[in-house]
Amino acid sequence: MPTFNLKINNKTHAVEADMDTPLLWVLRDQINLVGTKYGCGIGQCGACTVHVDGVATRSCLLQISQAEGLNITTIEGLSENGNHPVQEAWKDIDVPQCGYCQSGQIMTASAFLKRNPSPSNSEIRNAMHGNICRCASYNSIEKAVKVASEKLT
Amino acid sequence: MKTSKQIAFSRRSFLKTSTLASGGMLIGFNLFNACKQDVVPPIDISELNFNDFNAFIKISDEGKVTIFSPNPEIGQGVKTSMPMIIAEELDVPWENVFVQQGVLDTKNYQRQVAGGSQSIRLGWEPLRQTGATAKQMLVNAAATKWGIDASECTAKLGVITNAKGETLGYGDVVKEAAVLEVPEGVKLKDPKDFTIIGKNTSNVDLDNIVTGKPLYGLDYKEDGMLYASVLRAPAFGQVLESFDASAAKAMPGVIDVITIGEKAREYLEKDKSNWTLRINRNDKIVVIANSTWAAIKGKNAVKTVWNTESELEDTEFHDKALVNLLEGNKFNTLRSDGNVKKAFAEADKILERTYESPFLAHNCMEPMNFFANVTEEKVHLVGPIQTPAATATIVSDLLDRNIEDVHVEMTRMGGGFGRRLYGDFACEAAEISNAIQKPVKMVSTREDDMSTGVYRPPTKYRIAASIKDGKITGYQLKEACVNGNSWGQISDFFPAGAVENYQFDVANYKSNITTGAWRAPYTNFLASAEQSFFDELAEVMGVDRIQLHLDLLQKVKGTTDERIQYNPERLEGVIKLVVDKSNWGNTKEGVYQGFSVYYCHNTHVAEVADIIMDNGVPIVKRVTCAVDCGIVVNPLGALNQIKGGVIDGIGHAMYSELTFNNGIPQSNNFDSYQLIRMGQTPNVDVHFVESNESPTGLGEPTLPPVGAAVANAIYAATGKRLTKQPYMNNMNVKEKIIG
Repeated sequence: MPTFNLKINNKTHAVEADMDTPLLWVLRDQINLVGTKYGCGIGQCGACTVHVDGVATRSCLLQISQAEGLNITTIEGLSENGNHPVQEAWKDIDVPQCGYCQSGQIMTASAFLKRNPSPSNSEIRNAMHGNICRCASYNSIEKAVKVASEKLT
Repeated sequence: MKTSKQIAFSRRSFLKTSTLASGGMLIGFNLFNACKQDVVPPIDISELNFNDFNAFIKISDEGKVTIFSPNPEIGQGVKTSMPMIIAEELDVPWENVFVQQGVLDTKNYQRQVAGGSQSIRLGWEPLRQTGATAKQMLVNAAATKWGIDASECTAKLGVITNAKGETLGYGDVVKEAAVLEVPEGVKLKDPKDFTIIGKNTSNVDLDNIVTGKPLYGLDYKEDGMLYASVLRAPAFGQVLESFDASAAKAMPGVIDVITIGEKAREYLEKDKSNWTLRINRNDKIVVIANSTWAAIKGKNAVKTVWNTESELEDTEFHDKALVNLLEGNKFNTLRSDGNVKKAFAEADKILERTYESPFLAHNCMEPMNFFANVTEEKVHLVGPIQTPAATATIVSDLLDRNIEDVHVEMTRMGGGFGRRLYGDFACEAAEISNAIQKPVKMVSTREDDMSTGVYRPPTKYRIAASIKDGKITGYQLKEACVNGNSWGQISDFFPAGAVENYQFDVANYKSNITTGAWRAPYTNFLASAEQSFFDELAEVMGVDRIQLHLDLLQKVKGTTDERIQYNPERLEGVIKLVVDKSNWGNTKEGVYQGFSVYYCHNTHVAEVADIIMDNGVPIVKRVTCAVDCGIVVNPLGALNQIKGGVIDGIGHAMYSELTFNNGIPQSNNFDSYQLIRMGQTPNVDVHFVESNESPTGLGEPTLPPVGAAVANAIYAATGKRLTKQPYMNNMNVKEKIIG
């Protein structure tokens, strides 16, 4: 199997994997970064969202052969001490219920707020529409994105 | 009425203490049954044996408290709220409390189950008793140290004070307290003195969740662990004829391809009633690999031939079967008061309507998975499971092992909604590991999860009411359902007791499609049907729909009928609260409201949905929700449960369904099965009825009423009565649905 050099959370990892292996499974099974979650495998739920060069990306759709040379950030690398303003806002609001989708929600929200630090409510709703929360913690997610935007500005 | 009754539990010797080798005191207690007299708590924390007790409190000599929370956490918040109840009566600062999941399961565990919104209701008294008893032991120890009577001491926030103003921390007296007799009949706090219960308290796993720490079953790993992907029959009614795994075996990372199912079949020959093993009971092909991706790819490369063993059913077929049942006479009567037939014969007017619901998948965000390591020494199982004790029993039977050899560890669960009550996936993992004698994790893909599920069965209700002289004289409800039926107390919910002639009949079609509990079983659609019916009934009678409910409830007050489950005063309370808070009847132009009220899972709920119409598409803008769940243990967690239940209820009433064609589910992922997303989500405005009654659960009861609130609001806006879920499929409107 070919070897790929991946830059994840500012560290380089040499990984042996099949060309078509989704980044998601490389992160989870080989690099032990299990904060990135599997939800659907077809880019529909957002649980596997990571940042690729700062842009929210579905890691289940990114093949490992395309990931070399990219700057990949996972939930584990979003902040040093779990204190990114979005993580802080998530804690302030006590967003999670089962919590499974929340790292994907946080990664989507943090990339979005970087682009648009003071969004309107409808911009928040549009930005977060691609991430499913089966516990339906949507009211809290919406509020937490708002709180995070206030922390950022 | 049963809702105000106390739950009896055995208090005698339910608690034991010991001194820890590592310093501090360990209190072991058994929540729901008195533990045996001869068991003693371990002297070291590493020897925690959940076979003796099902919950533990450790108090260190620095006064720090660790609570090993016994109940499975599926996102309903009990890992936070149950320890809050102990900490309240123990009287320690919440900041000094650490919570760990009680990991090991036991045959002694009476209710280590998450389901039915019962954890808090059943745990309330025993948890308070435990905390208060432990506190009294610490006070007694301090009093002995000071040579005074315990009544001269007070304890607050982890500090014991005597009349002279001298103080001892809990940690200072743990050694002495651990060897004292366990006092009986300790005094519980007056609810007005609560300092932890009733305060907003964050989820205890919050930091770990937002930083992506391994918490869930899918995150669990052990050295040498392999991955397994299971290929099950694509259609319900099919069995495996043959397969060719040569291409799969040649793929990189694939280690072996085996079949399982024999053990489950052998077992089912002895005991056909075992529901867990009947789920996907036929032979299955298992691809074993060294990574999840290799296992999934390998599975996709297996060539298979399937044989039809029984009817390949489809949705049209189910519709006909259920309609036939409604029109037939093969009913069981769950409850019958007076004479419905006579009431209908003498009626001035009769209203009859039929309501229909589809199959639903659970779609937990974390697909089913389980770790198993079967060795000669033991059967080690780790994963997300709502019923660890029952699963251990089935696995021990399946593998013909002693129950003592089976160890189940619970992880945090990425959702439950009823799916994780069934341990079929844990049995599969155990059977796979037993076959290969290696540690292995069975991982379902989303497609596996959605298309080989244990579904909410489709149900049709035919409801009729007779009206005479402006009064409801008769009420008859007929239920036709696939596989299961409403049972027991459901027929004693509102409007039972409020209508003189009342009958609740059920009938069943047995399908080969597996069905089971889904968040708020039966009531999840029954409430939609009944509360839509009452909205129309009020209109037909020409009376106010709120007043109609209040009048009916008036008749139930003071009833001597012990079977009636709801409390009419409490239902009246939530109705009045929701009318007040929702601005009922005084909305802005273009905003339409729908009302609904329901009692289930021991909690009383009323809801008003506000909708607007946008190019013919209903948009739910706000739901006002009034809840009477007794004392609110953790308002922050309660709000999450309530809002989640309401939005989940709207999503499934409006958008979700699973149809079948030739036995094959027609959706297998989120591109073809719609779940509600943020853009479709209303703001949920929650109001609690102030109460000193014992708390009741919140995981389910806010979901059932909301479907009718939405349908009734859509009627107010459009004049169209929606009787078939999902509503959006029956409105002839197009909305961009998939994200």
